[in-house]
Amino acid sequence: MIEINQLTFGYTKRNILYDALDLQLKEGNIYGLLGENGAGKSTLLMLIAGLKKPLSGSINVGGHEADHGSAEFLREVFFIPEEMTFPNITVSDYISVLSPFYPKFNHQHFIEMITEFGLSEDQKMNNMSYGQKKKVIISIGLASNTRLLLMDEPTNGLDIPSKSQFRKLVAKYMSDDRVFLISTHQVRDLESLIDPIVIVDNGKVVFNETLETISEKLLFTTAEKVEASDVIYVENGVAEDKVVAMNHSGEPSRINLELLFNAVLTEKTKMNQALPTQQIKY
Amino acid sequence: MEFNNNKAIYLQIIDLICEKVLKGNWSEGDKIPSVRQMAVELEVNPNTVARSYSSLQDDGVIFNKRGIGYFISENATSVVQQFSKAEFMKNDIPRFFKTMNLLGISIEELSKIYNQQIN
Repeated sequence: MIEINQLTFGYTKRNILYDALDLQLKEGNIYGLLGENGAGKSTLLMLIAGLKKPLSGSINVGGHEADHGSAEFLREVFFIPEEMTFPNITVSDYISVLSPFYPKFNHQHFIEMITEFGLSEDQKMNNMSYGQKKKVIISIGLASNTRLLLMDEPTNGLDIPSKSQFRKLVAKYMSDDRVFLISTHQVRDLESLIDPIVIVDNGKVVFNETLETISEKLLFTTAEKVEASDVIYVENGVAEDKVVAMNHSGEPSRINLELLFNAVLTEKTKMNQALPTQQIKY
Repeated sequence: MEFNNNKAIYLQIIDLICEKVLKGNWSEGDKIPSVRQMAVELEVNPNTVARSYSSLQDDGVIFNKRGIGYFISENATSVVQQFSKAEFMKNDIPRFFKTMNLLGISIEELSKIYNQQIN
């Protein structure tokens, strides 16, 4: 559904952020986009949303070039940014202005969601806290029923119960014909939700794998449980040394996303050997 | 539900359903929550639940009536018992024996305790 080919982008021509990046995303998945600060996660989301123009290469979303901004493209894409500015009007006024742009917008679902988040349609958007604004925009995004939903750090600013509600809503409104792409640093908030995992580093997609493949090839365990020669990456701790190791039995373990992320960024050669289908590109 | 850190989540969902069968919360022929309902309840990716269900279906614990949903199979209890026993033998028993050995507990001593507890 999303085909990115040889994407090159930089805020200035001398300072290239993405260099010949390739990425394919398929419907029916909640992709988790991980990367260090400044790796360009938000920029990639904006490029896919058509809010920025590539220097070269193409971004095709469901048959439409993202940067052409056609109506057919725009009605199928919703972007939940990290920073939001809203006009000083009520939620219901905002919805009546915005929803005509999204023909599949489901008003009833929207009301259900904001009610669950403890908000009402009569509230003025400017008087809301950051977290409350976030809840509104998340609800709009999920209710829009666009085929592509991009979320930039959606759990930032959400309180503890809202994070749980967020996971429930994403699970509820995900469907076989939608793609969700969620960028996050809060991997623990979303650990059970995001699959496949996409990691960007040094201007490239360096990792794009399903949890099924990851857990088949890699073992997430403690140092004493594996042969030293199978260890790919270690994090020493007081209680135990956490490791990512080769998985010879194929028996799956619980994936620790923080450990995976660090292993991908630091142990490129060994990770390439363990996941030969995965070209970790540098 | 709190997931533990060691086991893949799709396997923990399988365990959850097997436990419900063994405890009798879900009986043979009962309809179980849909993939979506389960995903919302557990706050996990629906694809993960789908994978658990597909594996349980392959093993004959649940079956799918097209368009209606998933149900507990007729001989689910005995299938789950067999699986749980095999897993107990493979994972729990070796760990248990290792600890016994470490603490110097003899099989006679254990047998005495076992008989006391069971009777």
